[in-house]
Amino acid sequence: MYDFSRGPLVWIAFGIFLIGSIYRIVSVIKLAKKDKVVLPYMTWKYGLRSILHWITPFGARNMRLRPAFTVMTYLFHLSLLLVPIFTLGHAILWRESWGIDLWALPNLLSKLMTFIVIIAGVIFVLRRIADPAVRFVTSAGDIVLVILVLAPFVTGLMAYYQLAAYQTILIIHIWTGALWLAIIPFTRIAHMLYFALTRAYMGCEFGYVRHSKDW
Amino acid sequence: MRETPESLVVDPGLDETIKKLTPEKIQTVVEHVLTKENAARLKVYSDTCVHCGLCAEACQTYISRDKDPYYSPVAKVKNTLWELVKNKGRVPPESIRDMSRIVFTECAVCRRCSMYCPFGIDIAYLLLVVRRICSLLGVVPAYLQDTTNSHAATMNQMWVQQDEWIDTLQWQEEEAQAEIPSCRIPLEKEGAEVMYSVIAPEPKILAQLLGNISQIMTVAGIDWTMPATDGWDNSNMAMYSGDFEVMGRVERLHWETAARLKVKKVVMGECGHAFRGAVYDGPRWLGWKFPPIPMVHAIEFYYDLLKSGRIKVREKYKKSVTVQDPCNTVRGRGLGNKLRYVVNELCESFIDVDPRLEHNYCCMAGGGTINCGPPWKRSRMVSNRVKAEQIEATGADVVITPCHNCHSGIEDIVGFYKLKKHVKFISEIMVEVMEIPDSLKA
Amino acid sequence: MFCKDSWDWQPDRKVVADLSRLRSSYAGIEEFAASPDGRVLAALVKTEDDQFTVWANGQEWPDKFELAWCLRFSPSGKLIVLVRIDDEWTVAADGKSWQERFEYAWDPLFGNDGLVVGIKYKRENLYGIAIEDKVWEKSFNGLRDFCLSPDGLRAAATVQVKALREADIFGFFEGVWSVAVDGKAWDKQYINAWNPVFNADGNTVAAEVRTDICDYTIARDNEPWDSRYGCVWAPVFHPRDNSVIAAVRNQGSWMLYRNNEPFWQGRYNQMWNQRLSSDGSRVAAIVSPDFGKWTIAVDDRPWPKLFSDMVLAPVFSPDGQRVAAIVKDGGRWTVAVDGVPFKESFEMIWDPVFSPSGQQMLAMAENSGRFVILANGRKYHKQFQKLWNPVFSPDGKNVLLKYIEDDKYCRQVVPVEELLG
Repeated sequence: MYDFSRGPLVWIAFGIFLIGSIYRIVSVIKLAKKDKVVLPYMTWKYGLRSILHWITPFGARNMRLRPAFTVMTYLFHLSLLLVPIFTLGHAILWRESWGIDLWALPNLLSKLMTFIVIIAGVIFVLRRIADPAVRFVTSAGDIVLVILVLAPFVTGLMAYYQLAAYQTILIIHIWTGALWLAIIPFTRIAHMLYFALTRAYMGCEFGYVRHSKDW
Repeated sequence: MRETPESLVVDPGLDETIKKLTPEKIQTVVEHVLTKENAARLKVYSDTCVHCGLCAEACQTYISRDKDPYYSPVAKVKNTLWELVKNKGRVPPESIRDMSRIVFTECAVCRRCSMYCPFGIDIAYLLLVVRRICSLLGVVPAYLQDTTNSHAATMNQMWVQQDEWIDTLQWQEEEAQAEIPSCRIPLEKEGAEVMYSVIAPEPKILAQLLGNISQIMTVAGIDWTMPATDGWDNSNMAMYSGDFEVMGRVERLHWETAARLKVKKVVMGECGHAFRGAVYDGPRWLGWKFPPIPMVHAIEFYYDLLKSGRIKVREKYKKSVTVQDPCNTVRGRGLGNKLRYVVNELCESFIDVDPRLEHNYCCMAGGGTINCGPPWKRSRMVSNRVKAEQIEATGADVVITPCHNCHSGIEDIVGFYKLKKHVKFISEIMVEVMEIPDSLKA
Repeated sequence: MFCKDSWDWQPDRKVVADLSRLRSSYAGIEEFAASPDGRVLAALVKTEDDQFTVWANGQEWPDKFELAWCLRFSPSGKLIVLVRIDDEWTVAADGKSWQERFEYAWDPLFGNDGLVVGIKYKRENLYGIAIEDKVWEKSFNGLRDFCLSPDGLRAAATVQVKALREADIFGFFEGVWSVAVDGKAWDKQYINAWNPVFNADGNTVAAEVRTDICDYTIARDNEPWDSRYGCVWAPVFHPRDNSVIAAVRNQGSWMLYRNNEPFWQGRYNQMWNQRLSSDGSRVAAIVSPDFGKWTIAVDDRPWPKLFSDMVLAPVFSPDGQRVAAIVKDGGRWTVAVDGVPFKESFEMIWDPVFSPSGQQMLAMAENSGRFVILANGRKYHKQFQKLWNPVFSPDGKNVLLKYIEDDKYCRQVVPVEELLG
């Protein structure tokens, strides 16, 4: 089971993620052509200008209006992206499987970042429940999604601290991680793929077309 | 859907029209609009929205209604578009009524929320998709529909007859001549530098603005003309009611009129939505990437006149003033700083609003909301308490509104919240303070 | 333009009027109008007593008016103006006012021969058309688009046949608009009707009509086409077989239809202003093959060259072999002939004029307030303060230029060779 999980399962997950992502992006560009009024207005300059403003912490007014939330969101997303790739355990796997030598996060930092993901994820869920404006538009799926995203991090920590049967928890960790990876293109986590597109388009609508700013 | 005081508002455009709807008709129209008329944006926006609620703080209706979650931008999408998508258009006529109320009277499609969404989702566009559906189903607030009908029949928004239009221009030319004898409103002057176009409320109820512009053009020495045919009205409520065919027809005529008159540019009066219709939405529906002939908004025109010295100020306006940044020319054109230059040139004491420029709050009269008429006025007022507070906080005596919808909207707010402010267009102040060269005086 | 044969086509330059002298004589002078043959320059002038009259070649009309506007020459050289006398409006033509007086009168149109003028009028809040001092028997609650038959003897207009209460959206959608021909409205009513047009013989009329919120079609003599479309634009008649040709929006793209059948196969992002050659054998239209790109399609074949800003209605040469159109690209105007734009572009340009043989082509253009003439796309060396569109002589050998230079209005006949350089 472990061998399957470590080997083919991860391959399959990566495959689904890659092919799914390409499929989603290509079909969006196709649809954008059908929309007619999207692509003619897109320019690199204004697209990148908007993306830059919105990946810079406090680069937009809405981020400045809620500093604590902004910091948490940044750390969450940053950790969410970095930990799975650069955590020491994974770095070893990169080398073993593909011979890629990746820089690895120091153990302490990667533990910290994992905690950040989990704590932030929990706060997201609590915010969904506590903030009426968010609760009003929250569906069960939104909560399940957070749980799915957190699962590999929780199980990763459990494996690290050997909180349960190591082999079992490791397999669960791999399965939840694989699932997480595979569902990216097909759930709202796709915002990871679409962020640059929607942001760039709006940046162009505001900047290139309307001589205005969108942050 | 939740019952609110607004659910009880009587509007034949909603109450009577839904009686003729059948489930099949609703489903056909919804499917057509969702699959045939819209593509990438609808799909990506629907898939990308993570329901984070960060757009809520952007919306004046949400803030003004004590952060009632029902009024956040995303909630409006949830209560309308998501329902239609989820049910593949299988919704009862009563739902269409509620959706129509939400998209036409509780959102001014001002696009402020797009600046607060981390993904830049064009939430106003999503609600315009729903407006389109409502329009094709005929479920549109009666006064707004009537305005669209006026566009369709008369090519202007207030049923102005052709003779009334020309007659008003001739009358206002005489009025302007009482101030400056050489004033004219040159009609149908082929080859003039500028075609000046306005929205129908000017000839209908604010005719003095036409006399004002005649004075400004004369002092500035502009070679200008106005059409004596249909096509003079640059406004477009059909754009907001979702009747894009009528919108396109009106815009096409406006631009073909400018081309017929052989002008190099069109200068338009102080109106925001008309700028949006003539420069963005109209040309796009017709197939122009940008307007075929340059369109200069009044703010920019006045800026150029003052900056170049073609208009000089005799004595600055004394009362303290603040501004209403119109969404469609400030967020929609980046003219906020030019507006401030103009105001500072004309007025002694300018007190800015906060938040300002692109981040200013909508007047809650734009986007067709004020055209939904008296039944919805109270709702609009309740939806914009924050605007009243914002204006009051400036302590200024006068609010300058370079937009017709803003002007009426702020006047409503001033009345409703008893603010003791005056509301003025830039041109009214400009005519009062500009220097008239001796050579032009009687 | 008719009776051109009788014009003076001897190459010569004549100063018709000195404008600086004119300017000192009146309190106000409005825009100038030049007669088709160039022999007369006219303007509305304001007299000392704050009245208006018409000044033409140094002569004032005997009558003065409280108000006057819209001074126009007809193709045959008849000079008309809309005037207010005793608070009522009418038409004054060649110095003589109509007997009929109106609450308001506007939008004069001429028949092709230029002898007949028709106007819209309002009386007691009802609207109608008057042709040569004769009013329609019936008038209507509203009237918007108006056309004359080619001989000018018949008129058609879109009319509102029933009054509506304020904001009566239900009455509106029942349909209160129709087309009236010579004062008689079609039986059928529509939500809207636009752009009526006569055929060449003036015995049939077509117009755009709207039958539901988003259902549009073409109606001819009271009968709408069987099909409904997402949108339509103004129809035209074929000059020979009287078929009706119009662009319609079908499943999101525009196609050219003829009598409710597909005429062109091409589907376009936009299409309008279709024009036919004089014998009807060729059709050209403004098309947008892709969003934001415009050109002319002739017989369903778009020119390969596309323009970003704007393309104006195509102009056929008299023999129908060549097509030219005003095009705008990158903010500059020029003319394209058979798909090839002139090398030079301008701040403004006017519709090109073909010689009778179609071999030569002239266009007038303007840069920074100075007018030039382009002969087959090449600039003639002279510039002008103001210029009217040039006219070819019937034999195509000479060109009539009407212009103002040094504040003098001149009529000049120039051999075509000189313009061609």
